[in-house]
Amino acid sequence: MLSTIFLIVVLLYIIGFYYLITTKNLIRILIALEVLTKGLILTLIYVGQLTGQMATAQSMVITLIIIEVVIMAVAAGIIVNIFNHTDSLDVREIFRKNK
Amino acid sequence: MNNTVLYILFGLLVFSALLTAMIKSTMKAVIALAVASVILTIIMFLMGAPLAAVFELSVAAGLITAIFVSTISLTGSTNSDQTEKNKKRLSRYIYLPIIIIIVAGIILITKPGLDFTSVTKATEDTVQSTIWHLRNLDIAGQIMVILAGVFGVVILFKERSKN
Repeated sequence: MLSTIFLIVVLLYIIGFYYLITTKNLIRILIALEVLTKGLILTLIYVGQLTGQMATAQSMVITLIIIEVVIMAVAAGIIVNIFNHTDSLDVREIFRKNK
Repeated sequence: MNNTVLYILFGLLVFSALLTAMIKSTMKAVIALAVASVILTIIMFLMGAPLAAVFELSVAAGLITAIFVSTISLTGSTNSDQTEKNKKRLSRYIYLPIIIIIVAGIILITKPGLDFTSVTKATEDTVQSTIWHLRNLDIAGQIMVILAGVFGVVILFKERSKN
């Protein structure tokens, strides 16, 4: 059972990292970070179950979720500002325009 | 029975995470991410973390999806790679399911020795007492992070002064 959770966590990390490296769209980079965070949350719950300290794991997950939502809100604001200035969400195009 | 449900949910979680990468439309990718959040919520509930599961459902599946949808509507980009052709995009992501299947096969065949039982005994502290007594400094940190986020968003959306 626990090795299955390990497998799922590894797969979520692979999907997140591959997505983060491959995509060129700013919004999709945030979505990739979200997928990575899902893997991290599952890791914390897994470790909580492994060590038998689910209360500590839950409090850390709650802290993680709050940090995650603040990062998403600020990053979304930055992306909207970048779009207003460069009229594009493609990373390569933004670099080209800023040269 | 419980384990069977968990295995199905794990499969659905990986599938919906894959969909977020593979789907062309950004809006549909965000919806797939929300579905992944809901599935993770059910998994957390079944694994004995109900309070964190409620947070995940309300914040990650609700608020973050709303943030993404508003960002997409503000930037007006439903299709992410409009400049690229479909074939080129598909060729970039076609390796992802293959990598996933290979890694899953390797882990299932080798079975790394992680099936050990609890190292320490479970504490009887409830989540409330852990948050308020054991990790009470986290609360202060969370308040600071939320304030930083609020001020950050306010500054980002502030009207520029007309000089």
